[in-house]
Amino acid sequence: MINAVINATLTELSGALAAKQISSVELTKSYLERIRRLNGPLNAFISVDEDYSLARARLVDAARRKGEAGPLAGIPLAYKDIFCTRELRTTCGSRMLAEYKSPYDAHVVEQFERAGAVALGKCNMDEFAMGSSNESSYFGPARNPWDRRRVPGGSSGGSAAAVAARMAPAATGTDTGGSIRQPAAMTGVCGLKPTYGAVSRYGIVAFASSLDQAGPMAKSAADLALMMNVMAGFDPRDSTSVERPKEDYSGSLNLELSGLRIGLPKEYFGEGIEPGVLQAVEEAVRWFASQGAKTVPIELPNARLGVPVYYVIAPAEASSNLSRFDGVRYGHRAKEYADLADMYARTRAEGFGTEVKQRILVGTYVLSHGYYDAYYLQAQKVRRLIAADFAAAFERCDLILGPTAPSTAFEIGANTGDPVKMYLNDIFTIPAPLAGLPALSVPCGFDAAGLPVGLQLTGKHFCEAALLGAAHRYQQATDWHLRVPKEAPL
Amino acid sequence: MRAWEVIVGIETHAQLATRSKMFSGASTAFGAAPNSNASAVDIALPGVLPVPNRAAVEHAVRFGLAVNGAINRRSVFARKNYFYPDLPKGYQISQYELPIVQGGEITIVMGDEERMIRLTRAHLEEDAGKSLHQDFHGMTGIDFNRAGTPLLEIVSEPELRGAREAVAYARALHALVTWIGICDGNMQEGSFRCDANVSVRRPGEALGIRCEIKNLNSFRFMERAIDYEARRQIELLEEGGKVAQETRLYDPERDETRSMRTKEDAQDYRYFPDPDLLPLEVSASLLSGILEALPELPGTRRERFMREYRLPAYDAGVLTASRAAADYFEALVKASAVDAKLCANWQAGELNAALNRDAIEMRDSRIEPGSLAVLLKRIADGSVSNKMAKEVFDAMWAGEGGADEIIERRGLRQMSDGAEIEKIVGEVLAANAKQVQDYRAGKEKAFHSLVGQVMKATRGKANPAQVHEILKSKLA
Repeated sequence: MINAVINATLTELSGALAAKQISSVELTKSYLERIRRLNGPLNAFISVDEDYSLARARLVDAARRKGEAGPLAGIPLAYKDIFCTRELRTTCGSRMLAEYKSPYDAHVVEQFERAGAVALGKCNMDEFAMGSSNESSYFGPARNPWDRRRVPGGSSGGSAAAVAARMAPAATGTDTGGSIRQPAAMTGVCGLKPTYGAVSRYGIVAFASSLDQAGPMAKSAADLALMMNVMAGFDPRDSTSVERPKEDYSGSLNLELSGLRIGLPKEYFGEGIEPGVLQAVEEAVRWFASQGAKTVPIELPNARLGVPVYYVIAPAEASSNLSRFDGVRYGHRAKEYADLADMYARTRAEGFGTEVKQRILVGTYVLSHGYYDAYYLQAQKVRRLIAADFAAAFERCDLILGPTAPSTAFEIGANTGDPVKMYLNDIFTIPAPLAGLPALSVPCGFDAAGLPVGLQLTGKHFCEAALLGAAHRYQQATDWHLRVPKEAPL
Repeated sequence: MRAWEVIVGIETHAQLATRSKMFSGASTAFGAAPNSNASAVDIALPGVLPVPNRAAVEHAVRFGLAVNGAINRRSVFARKNYFYPDLPKGYQISQYELPIVQGGEITIVMGDEERMIRLTRAHLEEDAGKSLHQDFHGMTGIDFNRAGTPLLEIVSEPELRGAREAVAYARALHALVTWIGICDGNMQEGSFRCDANVSVRRPGEALGIRCEIKNLNSFRFMERAIDYEARRQIELLEEGGKVAQETRLYDPERDETRSMRTKEDAQDYRYFPDPDLLPLEVSASLLSGILEALPELPGTRRERFMREYRLPAYDAGVLTASRAAADYFEALVKASAVDAKLCANWQAGELNAALNRDAIEMRDSRIEPGSLAVLLKRIADGSVSNKMAKEVFDAMWAGEGGADEIIERRGLRQMSDGAEIEKIVGEVLAANAKQVQDYRAGKEKAFHSLVGQVMKATRGKANPAQVHEILKSKLA
């Protein structure tokens, strides 16, 4: 029974809860137990408060007895530690906010609470979401449940590891340059980065405001859809939130694949991709073709410029967004300092880790007088070219398919000395956020070492439903997403 | 030696009269307990986001239309990055490359000459908090109540010639922003703050190096500070020195400007478009709605007063110094139905003097236009003399009642009965044979003495014109 529960999808759990086959308290307890057992080796959670989670589960159970049950009533959920929560501290993986407690809940958290979800805890992440391996966390790296010597990807590495290891049935993540999709791919789970503006950013600690987008991470595309029904929607507190009718993502999962035009960018099937990754993705392409989908060769000639463009724009915005961490009002402040400038310098030198400092320096540089035009403005121009490439491609296809990352999970420490090599891991995930497009990653096989491979689908603006539908159909025919990591057995 | 030309440009921060802040719902009320009007957005907690205040945008558009500037239908909020404890985000949200208002002009009147002062731009931004250096035992306290308050920064072209023009400009701008209701104009509370960019040059030469003078929180200080600064620069140049571009602070106690920071300390603000905010779009309907609702503006009204009421330029200027004054005047003319010039004289004279003396705003005047109209009617119909009317006015101001009531109670009604005056004149002539003789001998002075005697005998109530006439005929 417990094993079945632990491996069940949100849809199944919702059913069991509604049928009163299991209570939220029982369900929450079994996940908390698993967290207690696995978090030591995997370090997927930064904060867990069992008493709070159980109290909340009791409340939801009581409400259900009175006939009140939201769409996710009683479902345990983990939040990336970038979402502000009143009950648990919000560290953002940084010493700067190691003890920070938000006086308010993020919009996404509010939505899940209203839907009846039960928070299990806050997940590990790269510091301020800057990283692709979860190694920049002040709280130590999270580990990949498929091989603990390896990274789970990042920055939402803790969320991905938690879902993969069945420490939570689902989790929230945020994606700026691939931070949901790349860790999802590396841990064999599903993750969706919605269209920019689909999910409110209110209450999410900002990294790069023009790119940041929250999204769901879960075991199946159907579960992503359930979460999107709760997460997505207009929020007047976020000026970039788009006002549009509420969508039922679960209602359109049975997408007709026959005649679907799938674009295959030649740039996403070229050099630098591990053979194991390429093989698994090509196998998926063949499956879609066998279902009547039409593959269309397309080109995204400027996509290769995505990484350099991203590493100008994201640090530029981050350098400004992170200025508020000055030790004046909250967060870390140096104990001793000579004057105001010294207080700032010491506070920020102590509070931020190396990766964050590097990006603040780069961002400050590219916005500086005399360099702004050559770097920041130029990057914005190329960003528009990349968006134009996608627009042209979507004239000829309905969605774009390729690998999520060029490699499977690498070993902890393997890329830390080489930032460029690390950054290139995001080569396929960076273009979609630059163009504001939705993209998801679903498991599509394993490499020779037994590590999961992710398949990425990118869609037109606000065409999440089509992505989820295509992924759902694929998952009905495959079981990659149901495999349990060997280092986190049921 | 050729003369020096003083060139001034003014930057004004007008606090927009909105209930809530530029990017948050917190109150903008002045004088609240420290940090009680500071929301999560205002103190820049992690995760918060700015949402533009529609009323502030409308005020900025209203201003742009009032100065005949171009409204950018699409303007962009930008971040100005710098570290300071009272700047919670580490950046100020402002507008940089694309401000909401571009160009425009303000008319100033110098004596009889009208000058059009061109504006460079006006843009929306948020205010910072306040650092408090007293009462914290050597530490600094910060009050974030002001953080996020909406400001319109209005920048003039450097074309004001000296302190007096600069002050005339600042006064005209102050009158305009209060006139159109976008700013309460309270300078003590910092709702209207000016900085002056001052440079000097020989006529015909290019603009000299400028210094920016801060802390000009009254028109008087502005004039003195600019005068001082211009003198300082001229002396420096005449001694063969060079003006350094810097920011200087005016110290009213010592009446001098002091260097605050030089150009070398100038920060690189790393402006870039704020990614949290979409470009600000001003729709055609918003624009036309504001345009239609725009009141008659000071310049237009001044010209209309000159034309419609045949007032001299000076009077028209005084009466349109504020919207309340202009409204008062028109109400007075309408209610009294007497000569507009009489109304103008009384409002610009007695009424303004009383308001100034007691430091009362026009809208709080102790005498309503309707009440003053009654008094002016009595002057016009000869019931009271101009002199007596002043006594009546003072009594009205002191709250003793209406004009008619006071005239009756105090017996101030003017004597216009010819027979009665003739009788008194007869008595005065009989009692002053010496003066009559002097007058007839050609001493004009004696005539005035006789007039005085008659006025005295009537306790000032006789109509002076009538007294003149009767005396002349009797002595003829």
